[in-house]
Amino acid sequence: MSDNLQPRGSDDTSFAQPLYTPIKRRSFFMYAGATAGATALVLAGCSKDNDPVTSSNLINVGSGDTGVLNYAYALEQLEAGFYTRLRTGTYYTGLGSTSAEKQILDDLYYHEVIHREFFKAAITSGRISDSLTPDFSKVDFNSRTSVLGTAMAFEDLGVAAYNGAGQYIASPLYLTLAGKIVSVEARHAAIIRDLVGEATFVGNDVVTLTTANTSGVTTNNAPANSSLERSKSPAEVVATANTFLAEGSKLDVSGLK
Amino acid sequence: MNFFQIIDQLAAVDPDVLDRFDSRRAVFSSLGSAAKRSALAATPLFLGALFQKAYAGTKSTPVDVLNYALTLELLEADFYRLFLAAGTLPNAAATAAITQIKKHEDAHVALLTRTIQAAGGTPVTGTATSGIRFKPSAFPSTYAGQLQVAQLLEDTGVRAYKGRAAELVGTTLLTTALQIHSVEARHAAHIRVMRGQRPWVSNTDDVATNPTYTSGVTGTPSTQVTTPGGAFGIPAYTKASPAENNTIQVNLPLTTALATTYDAADVAAAFDEYLQPAEVVDASRAGGLLA
Repeated sequence: MSDNLQPRGSDDTSFAQPLYTPIKRRSFFMYAGATAGATALVLAGCSKDNDPVTSSNLINVGSGDTGVLNYAYALEQLEAGFYTRLRTGTYYTGLGSTSAEKQILDDLYYHEVIHREFFKAAITSGRISDSLTPDFSKVDFNSRTSVLGTAMAFEDLGVAAYNGAGQYIASPLYLTLAGKIVSVEARHAAIIRDLVGEATFVGNDVVTLTTANTSGVTTNNAPANSSLERSKSPAEVVATANTFLAEGSKLDVSGLK
Repeated sequence: MNFFQIIDQLAAVDPDVLDRFDSRRAVFSSLGSAAKRSALAATPLFLGALFQKAYAGTKSTPVDVLNYALTLELLEADFYRLFLAAGTLPNAAATAAITQIKKHEDAHVALLTRTIQAAGGTPVTGTATSGIRFKPSAFPSTYAGQLQVAQLLEDTGVRAYKGRAAELVGTTLLTTALQIHSVEARHAAHIRVMRGQRPWVSNTDDVATNPTYTSGVTGTPSTQVTTPGGAFGIPAYTKASPAENNTIQVNLPLTTALATTYDAADVAAAFDEYLQPAEVVDASRAGGLLA
């Protein structure tokens, strides 16, 4: 694992810079400053056998922290691909240049592309393909209902995925990093839901309001009336995500446990 | 420098030292990883950070973390009680949203209270008139003011949960904390839209300079938080957390380090930042809103 996120946490006090770090990476300290360098530290290790192996027709995200990071990277690729694609449909192109909806979709596009590019730059070892091929054939990019409905599905799925995968992360740095992203995804989900239906930022389908959460992984379960976000296991997430990925880009998350 | 010799010497004067590492499982795994790389073990910076990690959290147990969360949930729940009672909500949609959010905070209070009791701890408490509650004199008189406080409280909650998650690595409490964390983020997004702000923390927010979105404290914070509803320990404060306008993640300056250059505002908004407990309970933030 220590090979994975090469640039080390400027904002976390608990990670050190490996001695073998490539020169290129050292230049980041020029930006981050001496303090960041001084507080940097090493990341938890995982062995080479955790590297992703592509078997059959599936993309295996691998195991351990690498696997979780790859899993997140795959989902961010999917989301970024979606917000990129929607910019060519007539629903988006027909929005007024100063409309709230356009501003929201523009922000979402940038956030998700930045998430994707961040993972691409930060996972320096054992990273899955940078070019997963999405399959958006079920989405009508000329239809507001279809676009927003799909956006809602992706954002809710993203939150459920990050929340359900946190338990498989060993490194505090990665967990905090995932936390920094998941709350932004939750903000996305809330506004998209509000666009779909006024004041639906939370609903029993995503938060345990009137019924319990039941997942194949019991850690994700939560009782009715607990007002907890429904988290999903990686297997449950990819059952949906894979329907939006082309043959050859579908995910195998069996290593995450 | 012999790393293991240092550990042994430390264990001689502090028999709990290995437990401290062990209780912070991630630190322990860092140790294992480091052991594989003998060169690293000789790095003083690494050692310093490892010990800082092991000892910084000495005052906090899982019950402490839960009582910290419960304190914030009690504060939020009491705030929304006052909000609903103020009679300022302008329409049915606003009333429904605030009622819904209040219900969630009450559910979180109940859940955290039960969990602390199940763990054998003593939960902090609060009612409308005693213990942990919203300071009446800090409650704004106008709807706009009330909604602004709601945004600050929700965004603080998001930062606060994020700041403790790493301490829960390896415990079953982690997933529950994450499941509350994202619900708070949904609340924050909706409240922000009710205020005509972006749903995510933005450099262009009308309250962008509020301490809720910056970081740091003045003075030397205590590692013990004492409230009228109970006390709990928090980790020692060492240095300021990243502010919300941070554009650097794991030392990558994301405006310039990626394939394309990105706007600082977009980069900052794409990542929410954490706050440490000492920052959250500081008088400039949630601490100043406690009665």
